[in-house]
Amino acid sequence: MATIMKKVDAVIVGFGWTGAIMAKELTEAGLHVVALERGPMQDTYPDGNYPQVIDELTYSVRKKLFQDISKETVTIRHSVNDIALPNRQLGAFLPGNGVGGAGLHWSGVHFRVDPIELRMRSHYEERYGKHFIPKDMTIQDFGVSYEELEPFFDYAEKVFGTSGQAWTVKGQLVGEGKGGNPYAPDRSSHFPLESQKNTYSAQLFQQAATAVGYKPYNLPSANTSGPYTNPYGAQMGPCNFCGFCSGYVCYMYSKASPNVNILPALRQVPNFELRPNSHVLKVNLDSSKRKATGVTYIDAQGREIEQPADLVILGAFQFHNVRLMLLSGIGKPYDPISGEGVVGKNFAYQNMATIKAYFDKDVHTNNFIGAGGNGVAVDDFNADNFDHGPHGFVGGSPMWVNQAGSRPIAGTSNPPGTPAWGSAWKRATADYYTHQVSMDAHGAHQSYRGNYLDLDPVYRDAYGLPLLRMTFDWQENDIKMNRFMVEKMGKIAEAMNPKAIVVLGKKVGEHFNTASYQTTHLNGGAIMGTDPKTSALNRYLQCWDVHNVFVPGASAFPQGLGYNPTGLVAALTYWSARAIREQYLKNPGPLVQA
Amino acid sequence: MKAFVIATLALFSSCSVSAAQTDLIKQGQYLARAGDCVACHTAKGGKPFAGGLAMETPIGVIYSTNITPDKTGLGDYSFADFDKAVRHGVAKSGSTLYPAMPYPSYARVSETDMQALYAYFMNGVEPVAQANQDSDIPWPLSMRWPLAAWRWMFAPEVAGYQAPAGADPVISRGAYLVEGLGHCGACHTPRALTMQEKALSASQGTAFLSGSAPLEGWIAKSLRGDHKDGLGSWSEEQLVQFLKTGRSDRSAVFGGMSDVVVHSMQYMSEDDLNAIARYLKSLPAVDPKDQPHQYDKQVAEALWKGDDRQPGAAVYIDNCAACHRTDGHGYTRVFPALAGNPVVQTADATSLINIVLNGGTLPATHTAPSTFTMPAFAWRLSDQEVADVVSFIRGSWGNQGAPVKAGDVADLRK
Repeated sequence: MATIMKKVDAVIVGFGWTGAIMAKELTEAGLHVVALERGPMQDTYPDGNYPQVIDELTYSVRKKLFQDISKETVTIRHSVNDIALPNRQLGAFLPGNGVGGAGLHWSGVHFRVDPIELRMRSHYEERYGKHFIPKDMTIQDFGVSYEELEPFFDYAEKVFGTSGQAWTVKGQLVGEGKGGNPYAPDRSSHFPLESQKNTYSAQLFQQAATAVGYKPYNLPSANTSGPYTNPYGAQMGPCNFCGFCSGYVCYMYSKASPNVNILPALRQVPNFELRPNSHVLKVNLDSSKRKATGVTYIDAQGREIEQPADLVILGAFQFHNVRLMLLSGIGKPYDPISGEGVVGKNFAYQNMATIKAYFDKDVHTNNFIGAGGNGVAVDDFNADNFDHGPHGFVGGSPMWVNQAGSRPIAGTSNPPGTPAWGSAWKRATADYYTHQVSMDAHGAHQSYRGNYLDLDPVYRDAYGLPLLRMTFDWQENDIKMNRFMVEKMGKIAEAMNPKAIVVLGKKVGEHFNTASYQTTHLNGGAIMGTDPKTSALNRYLQCWDVHNVFVPGASAFPQGLGYNPTGLVAALTYWSARAIREQYLKNPGPLVQA
Repeated sequence: MKAFVIATLALFSSCSVSAAQTDLIKQGQYLARAGDCVACHTAKGGKPFAGGLAMETPIGVIYSTNITPDKTGLGDYSFADFDKAVRHGVAKSGSTLYPAMPYPSYARVSETDMQALYAYFMNGVEPVAQANQDSDIPWPLSMRWPLAAWRWMFAPEVAGYQAPAGADPVISRGAYLVEGLGHCGACHTPRALTMQEKALSASQGTAFLSGSAPLEGWIAKSLRGDHKDGLGSWSEEQLVQFLKTGRSDRSAVFGGMSDVVVHSMQYMSEDDLNAIARYLKSLPAVDPKDQPHQYDKQVAEALWKGDDRQPGAAVYIDNCAACHRTDGHGYTRVFPALAGNPVVQTADATSLINIVLNGGTLPATHTAPSTFTMPAFAWRLSDQEVADVVSFIRGSWGNQGAPVKAGDVADLRK
């Protein structure tokens, strides 16, 4: 028998970025909020204590901050004709665990969104006609516009303490020649902090990109260029380019995280409670199945606890949100054969390509320094900034040098033809470790009829519940786009005049490889939209079927972006919170009539 | 959906209370915070004001008393009884209080404020039934009559604070708070062998608030006008920021003062903080040859060039410079400056050695909720390395602190 806790106004599942933002917004509205985080308490101290945190073996190799997949993992297969097997070693993606979630170990690249990517299907149909989008590509519009989200992007950047250079502010050109991005949409205010300084490799990229006619800009980074105090009174230290960003707790308080930027303010209010080590099993529904009554979770002592609440926020990682909806019976599960149903639909990812350039010893790139969000990028081939017509694929890609720090174990990379061990390897490592530049094309990834999420019929987690099953593979459009981007980025690499180049792109017929890290930017499965037949959530991230359940996160993206997702995740969460505060609380019920 | 209501002041009195009485109780709550009564009268993890906190004295451990309105506490105290204890140092039983209770300072609290404090403790504090604990002081030192003798010799006459004629009313208000309820001298004024504070007010000489011997591993530093180790380099505004938030643009609270900020100072009104700051800034330097800090860039230039030959320089680069920087300026409001910081230049280096060994956490306050933790280095650095880096900090960037020895560090390791 579950122990039943006292009812609260709102219960939040997961305490990463979306959980923390919702907790802050809802406590500001006067609600009594409980956040349930399945992992342990984590904070800058003691988890980011210097110098113990500067430990590649513990963090990157042994994956200290990531999800413990001995208790719960996902099964993966390439198509409906395959049998899915459990993912026993994290590789392609690294979901977080514990207080702060992936927001504690992320890098800090903090973009907005290219406006056309919010209306992907409409935009492509308008510009390229009804037949340009492949038949099995299921891209959709988000149902919300950049103009509507702009104030929330702006506020999120102020909360995160984001460093960057605006191109235009309220229509006034301010960023020319200063590192602004000419393709960036208009902003209502400047970034709260000026751009971080650029590493030498980023400067080489900038010069080479300019030489081949592209328009380089400074990456917007949630690593601080100086000390900062955010609107909640939370303070950040300055980033010192230590090179231990992605996968680590930042010891300088300079990488934005729920722990540094929001939790200190929440600790000051009596109507908020954070319960770590609380693993939510399901959302409980009333007999009508149209209203949630709370959640059931397992606490640190292994006891089953029921937490009743008027409002349920699913703020877990993308695929955990989808799995919780499926386990709880919220929304109709997606069927790839009929194309009907919505939960699990439009599971999308990122489409990466990398080029490494190796130099002589007179080019000192000092790869051991770096910051996760820092770098120089070009958007000439992102979104729809070029004519896709002749190329026959959908999607775009920013390209950049994002020198985040090459650590001693994983950071060694040698030119092609170097032996993988022995004295020749040692010699090459000594020769090239600080004389190389790595650049990425961070491609958008589209959604397809056959890439989806459902519950695995065979494998179960430590609590006896079905694992989530990913059915996913690269499609022809993905390979086409990837090869195009490699060609365009190759021009930049060549313009740097390196001694050697290595290209890591996708080959024709290549399948999804779970062992090789891509990004942790998983999208979709509980997507937002304008029609309950094709989306699980309305434009306010509210479940169409269960009005008191809201599901913020990249699970709401109908397809993947060219940019990193966190900026849009944060803005959408503030947008959703505003709708809850100003509309839902006054009159609980569907905010959009189906 | 039900709105969440935060009660600002719960009333525990059984009878109905008039508006005037409510105001008096609120005023008393504010004054109790100014006096930081909760700090000593609450055991670790115990109920507020129920007493039981163990306090080390040179003659043994004593325990603070229950001051809640329960019969085990102040339940049957009349105003006269309350006043006798707080301002005169005599308990209802007639025995003299240990001077751990700073009644010599409280002697200058006004009658009106005493009435407010009484109203608060009788009506605004939750009664807790918790019997007082006897001291662990062995006989004959446990006899109380010498305390009475001490009181006759050292405690001032009870008289509300009288501002000197023509005094700035803001400074007078500051003096009233600092010398009275705030009992700042209890820690910040040196004590004589007989344990009385060497001065109880600014008028009693430069010993007042000139810094103490180490207490629980920390120095309560001088609050006088000296630049080297007092508040000479601090502006009034920085002091107000520091007391309200535990941090200023160049400094951060640590050690015993953290609790004072958290439990007391952050609740003070802007006017009272300004008064305290202006009063403290009116205290002249002890050292007649006091000079402002002169920044010396030699050390920073050597470190920029990679020259770490000076003892302690390499340890500083590896352990300290990421936050406090090679130029010793730190980062505004986040990581304190070491260059010119009076805390690192005190004659006794206990505080600096202690924080290097054990680290420290800047506490959260209502208006500055972020905590910053300086890691501990005791596990990582030898006594000699700590002594080297502490000496390096005390002597670099124009700082004038004397070097320390490995033995000083060994003495402080727990």
